[in-house]
Amino acid sequence: MPWKIARKELKVIRRKKSIMFYTIALPFLLAALFSLVIRNDVASGIPSNLQLGAESILYFFVVLAAVLPSTIAGYSIVGEKIEKTLEPLLATPTTDGEILLGKSLAAFLPPMLSMWAGASTFMAVADYILRNAGLSYYYFPNWNAAVMLLILAPLAAIFSVEAGVLASSRVTDVRGANQIAGLMFVPFMAVFVAGVEGIITLSITTLLIFAGGVAIFDVGLYFVSKGTFRREEILTKWK
Amino acid sequence: MLCCLISKTSGKAKIGDYEIGSQENALKIRKMIGLVPDNVGLYESLTAYENLDYYGTLYRRTDAQRKESNEYFLKLLGLWEKRDALAGTFSKGMKQKLAIARALVHDPEILFMDEPTANLDPESAKTVREFILELKSQKKTIFLNTHNLDEAQRICDRIAILNTKLMAVGTAQELEKSVHGRKTVIHLRQVDEAILDSLKKLRVKNLVREGNKLTVDVVNPEEENPDIVSAIDTAGGRIETVTVIGSSLEDAYLKLVRENKQ
Repeated sequence: MPWKIARKELKVIRRKKSIMFYTIALPFLLAALFSLVIRNDVASGIPSNLQLGAESILYFFVVLAAVLPSTIAGYSIVGEKIEKTLEPLLATPTTDGEILLGKSLAAFLPPMLSMWAGASTFMAVADYILRNAGLSYYYFPNWNAAVMLLILAPLAAIFSVEAGVLASSRVTDVRGANQIAGLMFVPFMAVFVAGVEGIITLSITTLLIFAGGVAIFDVGLYFVSKGTFRREEILTKWK
Repeated sequence: MLCCLISKTSGKAKIGDYEIGSQENALKIRKMIGLVPDNVGLYESLTAYENLDYYGTLYRRTDAQRKESNEYFLKLLGLWEKRDALAGTFSKGMKQKLAIARALVHDPEILFMDEPTANLDPESAKTVREFILELKSQKKTIFLNTHNLDEAQRICDRIAILNTKLMAVGTAQELEKSVHGRKTVIHLRQVDEAILDSLKKLRVKNLVREGNKLTVDVVNPEEENPDIVSAIDTAGGRIETVTVIGSSLEDAYLKLVRENKQ
């Protein structure tokens, strides 16, 4: 059932051009921008701090994974209320868990696919630039990239989705939900800044520890979302 | 409350064999009911077909069942040609019809309708009313919430009048009978003493003569009027018209509401 709800959500999202543009264009714009940064950095040869620069840039796609779902997730429940579609939906034999999971899947998939496509484009272009600048091997993909993009980024996206859906079922307008959901990138940005400043190194161990922490929050947020989803309150008190 | 969207405040109610109030029964009740809310609540960026199909999936209908019911209802309500048009492009009447079809895709035993003809043009309202009567003839239980008393009278077998609390339940005739003040107006070619005497013998109430028009108070016109007509005919009167005025369902409603306020 959650997948069927998600499929409908995806159809609706596909027809909302502004959301689609934002979700698809942003990762590719960043891929282009970061490729230019790499090209500038290697203009006079391969820099000694290549790892720090390249990994930090790639980590930015993790931050992006926490930012992108907020628009869709923030709209999920409050959007149904605004468009008056919530009442007939809640009159069906669908459970709260199925609705929340379906909405979460729909908010998770397009941003993740888009982010992976943008990150892959960046890695391919960066490899091309680095090889032309004299690097003797393909820098990407590597284990750090795998942990960032295949473990941490999905967990970051889930974190953002759950926070967005939770906000969407607790606030009464879309802007409020989006603003709250949009804040979920802050912890990921903090790690990014700490990495760039050299306070921490974005090693596989650091990334896995951080991923473990995010996973715990993800599980906790799911139960909070389910426990605080109040059908009746949404139907009767929201205007 | 009856659709298990909000919790009950007090009392008891049963839908089918299930009492409202528990989460477990709520799921069972939702499976057997269809809801047409006052706001149609359609996904405007989905097509008419997609709207129906989505709700079919939420009610766990198989692909074949959904295909069949989507086509059946869209054709029945004259929307088949528009099945691939976005619901957002539909007129109010078309949206209302689609919302009714949506409530029926899972073949519910009980249908709850909240103001189904409100804000519709007369033609669309008539179509919707006729469709409700068609559903009624298929032995569906229809729970119609309306402010349109004429509609209630035309469609419903039993009518409940609510004004913050349940004030009366019965057929339209039973409710009308509960209000005194109905009058029978008889136009005759000519009124004479024999006719007036025959009516006095019947002990009709408040007999008033105005030229060739006679007015009498009646409680139950269906039972009393044949006797009145027969008495006039026996006395040699020639009746031109017989009309019952006052004390409609509207009068019954207004009387009950007034009493409730007092």
